[in-house]
Amino acid sequence: MSVPISLTVNGRAVNASVDPRTLLVQLIRENLQMTGTHVGCDTAQCGACTVHMNGRAVKSCSMLAAQANGAQITTIEGLSQNGAMHPMQEAFRECHGLQCGFCTPGMVMSAVQLLADNPKATEAEIREGLDGNICRCTGYQNIVKSIQFCQSGAKASMAA
Amino acid sequence: MTDMTPPPGLNSPIGKPIRRREDERFLTGVGQYTDDVVLPHQTFAVFLRSPHAHARIKSIDLTKAKAAPGVVRIFVGADLAEAKVGGLPCGWLIHSKDGSPMKEPPHPVLAQGKVRHVGDQVALVVAESITEAKDACELIEVNYEELPAVIDITKAQGHAGSVHDDVTDNVCYDWGHGSKDAVDAAFATAAHVTTLDLVNNRLIPNAMEPRAANASYTKHDQSYTLYVANQNPHVERLLMCAFVLGLPESKVRVIAPDVGGGFGSKIFLYAEETALVWASKFVGRPIKWTADRSEAFLTDAHGRDHVTKAELAMDAKGNFLALRVKTIANMGAYLSTFASSVPTILYATLLAGQYKTPAIYAEVKAVFTNTAPVDAYRGAGRPEATYVVERIVEQAAREMKMDPAAIRRQNFITEFPYATPVGLTYDTGDFEAPLAKAIAMADVAGFPARKAAAAARGKMRGLGYSCYIEACGLAPSNIAGALGARAGLFEAGEVRVHPTGTVTVFTGSHSHGQGHETTFAQVVAAKLGIPVENVEIVHGDTGRVPFGMGTYGSRSLSVGGTAIVKAVDKIIAKGKKIAAHLLEAADTDIEFENGEFTVKGTDKKVPWGSVTLTAYVPHNYPLDKLEPGLNENAFYDPTNFTYPSGSYVCEVEVDPDTGVVKIEQFVAVDDFGNIINPMIVEGQVQGGIAQGLGQAMMEGCSYDNESGQLLTGTYMDYAMPRASDIPNITISNVVTPCTHNPLGVKGCGEAGAIGSPPAYINALTDALGVVDIAMPATAERVWRAANHIA
Repeated sequence: MSVPISLTVNGRAVNASVDPRTLLVQLIRENLQMTGTHVGCDTAQCGACTVHMNGRAVKSCSMLAAQANGAQITTIEGLSQNGAMHPMQEAFRECHGLQCGFCTPGMVMSAVQLLADNPKATEAEIREGLDGNICRCTGYQNIVKSIQFCQSGAKASMAA
Repeated sequence: MTDMTPPPGLNSPIGKPIRRREDERFLTGVGQYTDDVVLPHQTFAVFLRSPHAHARIKSIDLTKAKAAPGVVRIFVGADLAEAKVGGLPCGWLIHSKDGSPMKEPPHPVLAQGKVRHVGDQVALVVAESITEAKDACELIEVNYEELPAVIDITKAQGHAGSVHDDVTDNVCYDWGHGSKDAVDAAFATAAHVTTLDLVNNRLIPNAMEPRAANASYTKHDQSYTLYVANQNPHVERLLMCAFVLGLPESKVRVIAPDVGGGFGSKIFLYAEETALVWASKFVGRPIKWTADRSEAFLTDAHGRDHVTKAELAMDAKGNFLALRVKTIANMGAYLSTFASSVPTILYATLLAGQYKTPAIYAEVKAVFTNTAPVDAYRGAGRPEATYVVERIVEQAAREMKMDPAAIRRQNFITEFPYATPVGLTYDTGDFEAPLAKAIAMADVAGFPARKAAAAARGKMRGLGYSCYIEACGLAPSNIAGALGARAGLFEAGEVRVHPTGTVTVFTGSHSHGQGHETTFAQVVAAKLGIPVENVEIVHGDTGRVPFGMGTYGSRSLSVGGTAIVKAVDKIIAKGKKIAAHLLEAADTDIEFENGEFTVKGTDKKVPWGSVTLTAYVPHNYPLDKLEPGLNENAFYDPTNFTYPSGSYVCEVEVDPDTGVVKIEQFVAVDDFGNIINPMIVEGQVQGGIAQGLGQAMMEGCSYDNESGQLLTGTYMDYAMPRASDIPNITISNVVTPCTHNPLGVKGCGEAGAIGSPPAYINALTDALGVVDIAMPATAERVWRAANHIA
């Protein structure tokens, strides 16, 4: 038994016929073979699966693909434009906001939405806003710095 | 950036916070983690797992499951037994005090006869899709006869139940280390003895990437390929081939691609990837498995889990005379790959800490329980040792009415090298400088006023220290072997120079967050005087990297980096001979600096690129004396461990009405020897401290004592540190270069997790005015302590 769905992912139209149990994250990773969005838990707490849906950060592991019918989805792969990284991605590299990289796509997607909703977020608001994204590597300090760097509009050094 | 950057100087990349080249693929979503790999004709695997902590398997009926849609094959323990597949090995042999070797009960890949912990794997179901595999799994009928579960480690010995039929008392080994007689004699003369009962709470590693594997068999050359989320692919291959599956290593390729965190939990040879490799030949198609988070909770090797009684004997002036430690350590249901070494060799040998204590004796009893296997987790034995030493020293200060910094200073080791009474020789160090720096940075002098001001607001403030030292850079193979290791602990590096002068380095180290692709390139670029961008670092593939022992024990830079340095030295030596020929000079007259070969005392020179091209186009070349090419290998076996150390100061404020604790500041001053990339080092310290604070504040793995069910089996029950839990850490460093490797580096990956828990608990007990508080010091525990409610 299959369910037909139509949605837009990173600006491109997608038509698929899926098992109704299919989660949005499975559609993204398996059907669309975009593996940047990660699965880190099974209780909707780690945030590694975070994508943007219709202008909101959502946990793609916690919704059915069918629920995204008609929606505009942006994944981590859709954040860079014309080969250039998004300022948040550049900020994370500049400020060493990632180590193993597994939580990173979800963290970046959450961070982008956090600043879109609250451009003047204080450090406390940033930390609270990230409570739905678990990182085991960084201790969060440089993630917060990365978001603040992006917030400030400073230019990344590209020091390499 | 904190003050870890080097003084300005040469245009060398050493000491520079160069941004990571790994980042672009991770940030743009094109990393390749094991679950991202999908192979042609892929099949999908699910493991049926025991719902019981301890039970005999009376029967397994696969009839309905085998008939389910999409099922390809189902395997159980009996299939592997019939094929004479071996059990999962333990890599470290510990002997008990009576000289007998540790008990090594069988560790089957799939359960045979009994299940011994909730989650123990019973069957492997391979199907066309993951949903069909899960559906089929539910149709397997297992008839279990439940047995009493052995859970509490203090009651394991003497429990009516035996986890293993041939280890009836549940004791794996009863080990002793140090000098019992000297300790007993010192206690007899002591003016004061401080005693502490301490629990080092059981932790679940929870790397954000769950374990995963994808195994395939190729008929045309009868070889296997395994993608696996692992920290040491050559070790994985060696253990699997030599000890379990009886396959030649040349027929198995292990690839650990991007790995999303390890922290030790991905060192070990697990049942899942072993079963997949074995089964892939019979299935004839690639088999893919990825753990659910629930599965990871149940079956990743857990960490810590010690119960300890510690006693510190002192003279009337507070000089430490002796330390006596008695520990019960949990092995879990089966011996994991390095489990036996963690509460022994990696623990008791650190009980001197930074102090001159002349006599130390430790007894460690390791027991089996019906819980998941316990093995190395960030720090592996050294956090346990540091917790004992730094908690008892702080308590001793309180009992002796001495300042906790003063009692430490008085007992500090000040002359190096220093041979401790527990078997290690610290090559170099400076324990006074980090302590002084930490005290200044934390404004300890101003603490009494801050404490009084907090009290006026109804809050309780406390300050705690932790002066840690650890042994890492594993390890001199002969020493490790003498202590029971069944493996060598050298490292390997191959440096391949291309004709155009770029370089590829094949390292046996593995990066799963540490940034080696960047930092190792810095090391090589600095030595060769070529741009960092021209150096490529390859790791994680036994098909490309000749050998390696992998990454754990903070060994990559000191051991792996040194192997690479030695290979580069061979490259430079050969390059000089080629240059000598081109410059028509004697080999011994050639110098190499900043990418140029010059004739000593002249301006005759030839650049790197000319020499590298000549090596591969040997027209003007001493072919009678020298082979063409520029490709060198080195294996490096360290002559000692390395000894990072440091001082941490933690200040907390407790709200007695809620039990909520705020970390007002956390200062960390570490000595890691020379620093290659200060940005990377800072990140390791921040992450390590976050894990240590997680242990102290909120993380705790809990099994039900009766049923053996894992109570903390999801992120809803096991509290992981989140962004609003961990404060900004104030970081600085001191440098005493390691004396026995050419980079002068000590390693930094685990120090934060080692040094931080006692700093936090010392601060918290200071605030509360209590002797001890159990980790994790949850709000409930803190509230009870603050309000004197048991």
